[in-house]
Amino acid sequence: MNKFTTALTAGVLAFAPMALFAEDSSDPIVIPIHNWSSQIVMSHVVGQIFESMGNNVEFVTTDSQAVYESVRMGDVTLELEVWEGAFGASFRAALEKGGLHDAGDHDAVTREDWWYPMWTKDACPGLPSWEALNDCAAVFATAETGDKGRYLDGPVDWLKHGQERVEALGMDFVVVNAGSAAALWAEIGAAEANKTPVVVFNWTPNFAEAVWPGEFVEFPKWEDGCDKDPAVGPNKDALYDCGNPADGYLKKAAWDGMKDKWPAAYDVLTKISFTNPQIAEMARLVDVEELEPEEAAAEWLEANPTVWQGWAS
Amino acid sequence: MADVAGSIKNDTVGPAQWSRGRVALALVAVAVFLTLLHYAGLLPDWLFRIPESMIPPFAGWLDAIFNFVKDDLGLLKLTRTLTEGLEWLLDVTANLMFGKRRWPHIGPIPWTAVAGVAAVIGYYLGGWRMAALGAGTFIWTALIGQWKIAMETMSVLMVAAPLAFFIGLTLGILAWKYTWVNRTIKPVLSVLQTLPFFTYLLPAVIFFKVGPTAGAVATTIYAIPPMILMTTLGLQKVSPEVVEAGNMSGCTKWQLLRHVYLPSARTEILVGVNQVIMLCLAMVVLTAFIGMPGLGAKLLAMMGSFKLGRSFEIGVTIVLLAVMLDRMSKAWVVKQPEHFERGTPWWRRHAILLTGVAVFVFFCILAQFVDLAAEIGRKQNFSQGKEIDTLIKGFLALEPVQATTGAIRYVLNVWILNPFRDFLLSIPTPAFIMLIVAFALSLGGKKPAIYGAIFFSLVALSGWWDRSVITLYSVISAVSLALLIGVPLGIVAARSEKWSQRVLLACDTAQTFPSFIYLIPAIMLFGITATSVVMSILIFAMVPLIRYTIEGLRTVPPEMTEAADMSGATRMQKLWNVQLPLALPTMAVGFNQAIMFAFFMVIIAAFIGTQDLGQELQRTLAGTDLGKNFVLGICVSLMALTFDLTIMQWASDQKKALGLPD
Repeated sequence: MNKFTTALTAGVLAFAPMALFAEDSSDPIVIPIHNWSSQIVMSHVVGQIFESMGNNVEFVTTDSQAVYESVRMGDVTLELEVWEGAFGASFRAALEKGGLHDAGDHDAVTREDWWYPMWTKDACPGLPSWEALNDCAAVFATAETGDKGRYLDGPVDWLKHGQERVEALGMDFVVVNAGSAAALWAEIGAAEANKTPVVVFNWTPNFAEAVWPGEFVEFPKWEDGCDKDPAVGPNKDALYDCGNPADGYLKKAAWDGMKDKWPAAYDVLTKISFTNPQIAEMARLVDVEELEPEEAAAEWLEANPTVWQGWAS
Repeated sequence: MADVAGSIKNDTVGPAQWSRGRVALALVAVAVFLTLLHYAGLLPDWLFRIPESMIPPFAGWLDAIFNFVKDDLGLLKLTRTLTEGLEWLLDVTANLMFGKRRWPHIGPIPWTAVAGVAAVIGYYLGGWRMAALGAGTFIWTALIGQWKIAMETMSVLMVAAPLAFFIGLTLGILAWKYTWVNRTIKPVLSVLQTLPFFTYLLPAVIFFKVGPTAGAVATTIYAIPPMILMTTLGLQKVSPEVVEAGNMSGCTKWQLLRHVYLPSARTEILVGVNQVIMLCLAMVVLTAFIGMPGLGAKLLAMMGSFKLGRSFEIGVTIVLLAVMLDRMSKAWVVKQPEHFERGTPWWRRHAILLTGVAVFVFFCILAQFVDLAAEIGRKQNFSQGKEIDTLIKGFLALEPVQATTGAIRYVLNVWILNPFRDFLLSIPTPAFIMLIVAFALSLGGKKPAIYGAIFFSLVALSGWWDRSVITLYSVISAVSLALLIGVPLGIVAARSEKWSQRVLLACDTAQTFPSFIYLIPAIMLFGITATSVVMSILIFAMVPLIRYTIEGLRTVPPEMTEAADMSGATRMQKLWNVQLPLALPTMAVGFNQAIMFAFFMVIIAAFIGTQDLGQELQRTLAGTDLGKNFVLGICVSLMALTFDLTIMQWASDQKKALGLPD
C-alpha cells in the first residue's frame, strides 16, 4: 500500500507542473460515502487521486438523500453519484435552494426499471416483453395479492410510478413498495432459494448484476413527455405508459465553494467520468472479491492508470 | 382520625370509579354508533375524516419558525461554534483510537494494549470472569477484522457518553434543586424519549455538521434523559441525617453537594451511567445515517450489498461491547469504594492502576516490534462472512422452514393483520378518538383521558390520520403478540434463578443487537408484508415484557408466597391469586416500555416497506421538508405519550392500592 502511494505520487509529480497554477487549501476535502459498494469504492478512488495531488481527504458516511443539504452548506465538498432516478428530485431541490452545482456527467448511463432474475424466465418464457409478463401475472402471485401478480417496487421516496404504470397499461399486478434497497435484495435472496419467480425494481450499474444475473422487462419505449403528456405512449389517456429511459444520467455535484478553495481538485472533479463497466468492476472488487473499499480503490487505480492519469494532469 | 379519612376517601372513590366506567362505556357506545352509521353510508364525510381544507398548515409554520430561530436568532452560528470545539475533542479521540491524522499524532493505540487494559479494569471490577469478558471482547473484535471500525465507533462514544453524563448530571441536580426546572424538564424529556429518531436526525445535521459531530450530538441527546431522571431520584433519596452531619461539620453549599449529596446518591447515579452507555450503543447504527463512522456505517454498507454474514458479525461485536460495558458498569455500581488503613504504601493503594499502566506500556512497546500486536490485517483475520451467509441462506431454504413461515405469513396477513388494519381505518376519526379516551379514562382516570383527547385530536388535525392509524395498528398487533409470547415466557423463567439469568441475558442480547439486522431475515422469511413488520417489532417489544415479568414475579414479598403456601394453595393458585396480582403493576411498566419500544421500532420497520408515518418520515430525509418531518415525528410522539401517561398512571395507582413501594 505504501509502495503504491509512492508510485502514485511519483506518477502525479510527473504531471505536477500543470497543477502548479493554483494552490489548493490544506483543509480536508470531505467526500460522502453511502451504503452501496460502487459509490464507496468510487469515492475512495477519487479520494486517492486527490491525495496523490497533495490534498487532504476525509470521508464521512451519510444518508444518500440527506447528503444534498450538507453539500449545500459546504460540510461535504462533493457528491460523486447523483442518480437521475433515485436522487434527481433531492438534487434539483437543493439546486434551487443554492449552494451546490452540477459538476458534469459520468459516461455511465443508469437504467432503473422492472427487472427479474434469470430463473424467472423458466416460469414465464415469453420475457422480457411486458405483454408476456402480464400474461403470466398469476405466476407472481403471493398470499396477499390473490390471483394478481406482485411487483415489488422501490421505496416510495424514489418516486418510481410503478402503480401508475400498472394502471396505464392495464396490468394484472399489485404494486408493493419495499422500504429500502436492502429489503429488495432480501426478497431476491429469499426467492433464489427455491427459484421462485419474482419481478422487482432494480437498476444498473449495481452489485446485483454480479450476484444474480437477470434482465430488465421491455416496456413500450420511453418517449419524451411520457410523464407529462397523456397522448404520448400507447395509452392515449394516461401518463407513465412507457418504460423508464434506458439512459438516465449519473452526475457529479460540487459545493459552490469548492472551485475557489481547491481549484486543482475541482478541475479534476469536472474531468472525472466513469463508464458502466468501470463502475461494475469497482463494485465487483468489493462485493465478489471481498476487498475492503480502500484496497479495492487502490487496486483499481493500479490496474487502470490510463483512465485516471489523464484527469490528474 | 386516619381511619375516618381513609374510609371517606374510599367512599368517594367508589362512585367516582363507577361514573368513570360509565362515561367510558358511553363513549364506546357513541363510537360504535358512529362507526355503524358510517358502514350504513349515513355518516357525512366531514365526520369520517377531517376535510383537507380544515387542516392547518403546521408544516409551513414550523418551517418558518425553524428558519427564524436558525438564521435570524443566529442559533446556527452558535451551534457551529460549539461544533468546532466538539470536533477538536473528537479529533483527539479519533487520533488515539484509530490514528486519524490530527493532533496529538500519537495513535493508534495497539489493540493488544486496549485489550490488556480492559482486562485489568475488568479484574478490578469483577475478578477473573470480568477480566476475561473485557479482554475477550477486544480480542474478538481484532481477530474478526473489525478493529478499526470498532475504534471509530468507540472514539465517538468516548466523547458522547461523558458529555451525556455531565449534562445529565447537571440538569438532574438543577431539577432536584429547583422545582420549576423539574416541571419544565419532565415534559421535554417525555417528548424526547418518544420522538422518533428520524426527527432529530435532520436538525442534528444542519446545526452540527454531518459527520462524527452530528453523530455525537444525536447520541448525547438520546442518552441524556435517564441520566437526569436517575440523578434527581438519587438526590431525593439522600437521608436527612447525612445532610445534617454535613451541615454540622460546616460544609458550604458546594461542599455539601460535592461531598455529601453526590456520594450518597452514588448508586442511582451509576445506574444512570449504565443507562447512558447502553443508549449510546443503541444509537451506533442509526447515527450512521448522519455521518457516525465505524460499525454502524459498515453495517449499513454490508446490508446494502446483501452480506448477511458480515452484518451478523458486526452485530455480535456491538452486543459484546454492550454486554461488556453493561456488566462492568453494573459491577461498578455494586463495588463500594475501598478504604485503606493509614500508612498503606502508595503503590499498594494504587496497585491496580499501576498494573494497568504497566500492561499498557508493555503492549505499546511490544507493538513496535511485533506487527501482529499492533494491527491485524484483512488477510489475517478470521471473518466467516461467506460461511455464515451460506448457513443462513441454507437454513431459510429448508422445506419445513419455508412451509412454516409460509403458513404463518398466510394466516397472519390474510386473516388477521390486513383485516384488522382495514377495520381500524374504517372507524371514523371522532369515534376513534372516543375509543382512545375511553381506554385512557377507564385505565388511568381523568387526567390521561384529557391528554389523550387533546393529543389524538392534534394527530387528526395534522392531516396524517390514516398513516398514524396504520402506525398504531402495527404497534398494537406487535405488542399483543408480544404479550402472548413474552408473558408466559417470563412466568416460566421466573420459577428458577438459573433460568431467569439465562433469559435475561437473551433479553440483553436481543435489545442491543442492532435492530436493522432483524429486518433482513424477517423479510426473507415473511416477505415484504405486514407480518415482517410485526415480527421485527415483536422481537424488540418482547424484551421489556419478559424482563419486567421476571422482575415483578421475583420481587413479590416472600411473606406473601409463604402465606399462600401455608394455606395450601397449588402452584397455579399461587400464581394466579398471589404472585400475578402483586407483580401486575411492575409488569405494567414493562408493558408500557414494550409499547414505547414498538413505537421506536415501527419507524425503523419503514425500511422493510410500510405505509405508515415511518415511510413518510423516510421520505423527508432529503432535507427539504423540515416542517413536515417534525409534524410526523410529533404525531408518533403524541400517540406514544397517550399510552405512556395512561399506563404509568394505572401502574402507580395500583402500587399505591396494593401498598407496594414505587
